[in-house]
Amino acid sequence: MIRVNDKWDVPWQEGMTVGDVLAACGFTHRQIVVSNNGRALPPAEREAQPVADGDRVQVIHVIGGG
Amino acid sequence: MQQVNDELEFVHDFVIGDFGLIAGFDQRLEPGYDQFGRTAAENSLFTEQVRFGLLGKRRLDDARPGTADPGRVGEGFLQRLSGCILVNGDEGLIQILEAPEESVNSHIVAEEMVALFADKPGEKQGVTSVSAGSGADHTRMGCLNFSFYDPRRGVARLKQAGRGGIGTVLRQKKVKALVVKYTGLQGDSNHPADLGRIQQTGAKMHREIREQDPLQAEMRKDGTNHLTQIMNDYDILPVHNFRYGNHPQASKIYSPEFCKYFEYSGPDGCWYGCTMACAKFATGLELRSGPYKGQTVTVDGPEYETVAGVGASCGTFDAATVLETNFYCDTYGIDTISFSTAMAFVMECYEEGILNQERTGGLDLHFGNADALLEVLHQMARGEGFGLVVGQGIRRMKEMFAREYGADPQFLQDIGMEVKGLEYSEYVTKESLAMQGGYGLANKGPQHDEAWLIFMDAVNNQIPTFEDKAEALHYFPMWRTWFGLVGLCKLPWNDVEPADNQTRYSGIDAAKVPEHVQNYVELFRGVTGRDDVESGDDLVHMSEVVYNFQRVFNLKMGFGTREHDAIPYRSVGPVTDVEYESRAERYDGQLRELLGVDPEGMSTTEKRLALRRYREQQYEKLIDAVYERRGWNSNGIPTMETIQALGIDYPDVVALIEQRAGQPA
Repeated sequence: MIRVNDKWDVPWQEGMTVGDVLAACGFTHRQIVVSNNGRALPPAEREAQPVADGDRVQVIHVIGGG
Repeated sequence: MQQVNDELEFVHDFVIGDFGLIAGFDQRLEPGYDQFGRTAAENSLFTEQVRFGLLGKRRLDDARPGTADPGRVGEGFLQRLSGCILVNGDEGLIQILEAPEESVNSHIVAEEMVALFADKPGEKQGVTSVSAGSGADHTRMGCLNFSFYDPRRGVARLKQAGRGGIGTVLRQKKVKALVVKYTGLQGDSNHPADLGRIQQTGAKMHREIREQDPLQAEMRKDGTNHLTQIMNDYDILPVHNFRYGNHPQASKIYSPEFCKYFEYSGPDGCWYGCTMACAKFATGLELRSGPYKGQTVTVDGPEYETVAGVGASCGTFDAATVLETNFYCDTYGIDTISFSTAMAFVMECYEEGILNQERTGGLDLHFGNADALLEVLHQMARGEGFGLVVGQGIRRMKEMFAREYGADPQFLQDIGMEVKGLEYSEYVTKESLAMQGGYGLANKGPQHDEAWLIFMDAVNNQIPTFEDKAEALHYFPMWRTWFGLVGLCKLPWNDVEPADNQTRYSGIDAAKVPEHVQNYVELFRGVTGRDDVESGDDLVHMSEVVYNFQRVFNLKMGFGTREHDAIPYRSVGPVTDVEYESRAERYDGQLRELLGVDPEGMSTTEKRLALRRYREQQYEKLIDAVYERRGWNSNGIPTMETIQALGIDYPDVVALIEQRAGQPA
C-alpha cells in the first residue's frame, strides 16, 4: 500500500511509479510538489520514479485559489 | 464645464473640505419609497439611509447657514432625479448635479461620464465613475461598478466590488454616479515616503510574475477562470446548487471556451502598471435577450465565480450564457455571485416541487434553462415578476417559501446557501472542514476572500488537526483582511509563488508565501515611511484590530455570535439520499474509518444521517477551536482581554462586551 498525504491508501502494484500513484488519486493539477519518503522529487523525474510497497508520498498542490 | 451643463443640471458645488458648511438638504428630503411592500418605518434601510445619505447625520443636524445656497436645491430632487456627485480633483471642487434617469445602467453611465467630463480626448483616462444600475434599484444584491477607461480599446470598462448590497444602497440614495476627475495621475501621485523601496520591490515582483506565471497559474492568459477545470477535476465545482462537485459538461465552461472571446492586445491590468494583468476583455458578444438584444457588446471578465455560479451551479454550461449573464449583471449593478447562487436555490426549489410555473409567473426554472435565468435577471432590472422575489436573496426567500408555500423550513435551511444573509461564493466545501469555517466565520458572510483553505485542508492535508485548522482560520482571514485595509490586490501574494517556495517552506508556512508577504511589508513601508513595520506579523496585527472591531460591530447590530456562524448543511455534507449515493464509496468509507460504523445493512437515509451527526459535531468542534485561537468566548464574542490587548477597549465597546459576554451561546 502507498500512503498519500497521510490520508489515502493506494494499492501497490509491481512496477508502480509516482506517476501511477498520482493518476490513481486523480491528481491532475500541473502545479504540484512531490516527495517520496521525505525526498523531494524533481518534476522531470517524478513521473517515472518507482515506488515501493509502504512508501509515503506527499503531493502538495500549489494553488492560490479564491 | 459648459459641456456638462448641457446634460446635467447644476445643483450645488462646494470647495472640497467645506462639507460642514452645507445645511438645509435634509429639510427637502422625503422618506424613501419602498417597492417591497413594507412601510418605510418598517424598513430602516430605505428611510434612515436616504435621509442621511449624502451628507451624514452631523451635517443634517447642523442648521447653520453655509456658503452654499440651500434654496437652489430643487424640491425633493432626490426623488425626482438621480444625483451625480463629481469630485473634480483638477479644480478642487465637489459638485452635486442633477442627472437624468433615462440611463442608469452602468455600461452606459460609464461612457456618459467619460464623454461629459473629459474635456479633451487625452483626459478620458482621468475620469472614473462608480455606479449601480437598474437591477440594484429593485433587489438587495446590488453591487458597485467602478469604471476605468481603456485607451487601447476606446471603451470605459467596468470592475465590480461590494458584495452585500452596497449597490442597492447607492441606488436607494438616488445616486446615478460618483465621478472622480483627475487628469494628473502618476505612479507616485500618492506621494510615497520612499519611492526607491517601492521601485525595487515592484521590479522584483514584475520579474517574478513574468517568469513564473506562465509556469504556474497562467493568470495573464486565462484570468481567474483557470480555476474551473481544477475545481471540476477535484470535485469542488458547485454543480446544481452545490449538490455535486463536478459535471461531465463542465469542459464547456473551461478557459479555452472563453479565450475564444478574449481580445489579447497586450497586458490587460485593471490597475496602473499591474504585471499580473489578469483582467480579461471579451469582445463580439451578440446579446440574445433583454433591452440591448441584438447589440454586440464587450464584457469584462468573466471571473471564475461567475463562470462557476452561472455555468455550473445553475447548470447552464454554456460560455455565451455566462458572458451574457455577466454583462447584464454588471450593467444592472447586480452581484453575479449572489444572483447565481440565489438562482441555483430557486432552481432546486423548482425541481423539488416547492416552486412551479404558477409561482414563478410562468417561468420553467429547471437547472440549465438559460433563457429563464436571463428573464429573471431582466425582471430584476424592470422591477417586476419573480425577479423581485429572487432579488430579495436566499434568506428572505426561505422564509417566504415556508410561509407562503408550506415548504419544509429545515430542507430550505439545508439547501439555501447563505450565511448572515449573504449568498455563498462558488466552492463546494463538503470535504474541507476548514473551508466550512472559512465561509461560516467570515464577518461579512460566506465570501471566499477571507479564507480559502480547500486544497491545503482537503487535498494537501497540511492542517489535519483542529488546532492546525484554527491557526489557519486565524492567520489567513487576518492576512487577507489586510489587503482590504490598504487597497492592494491579493493576487500577487499567492496566485504566483517564488519557484522555491514549496521546497523552502512546508505546511501552513508554505501557504503563507513568506517572501511575498515581505513584498507587501516593503510596499507598505515605502508608501508610509513607517520603519516600525518590519514583518508580516506587524501587518496581521493591523488586521486583528480591525477584524475584531468588525466582530464587535456585528455584535452591536444584533449579529456577531455563534448562532450567526451556523452554516447550511449542504456546505457540510450530503443533504439528500441522491447526493449520498452519488459519492457512496467515499461516504461509506468515512463511516468505517472516521465513525467506526459498518455501513452494511444500513439504508441510505440511515447512513446519511449518521454521517450528518458526525460532520455537524466536527463543525462545532472547529468553531470552538477557532474562537479560542482568536481570543473569543464560546459564544464568539471577543473577550475583554482580547479587546484590551488590541487597544479597542473604548467605553462603548467595553459596555457592549460586558453586557453580552455572560449570555449563553
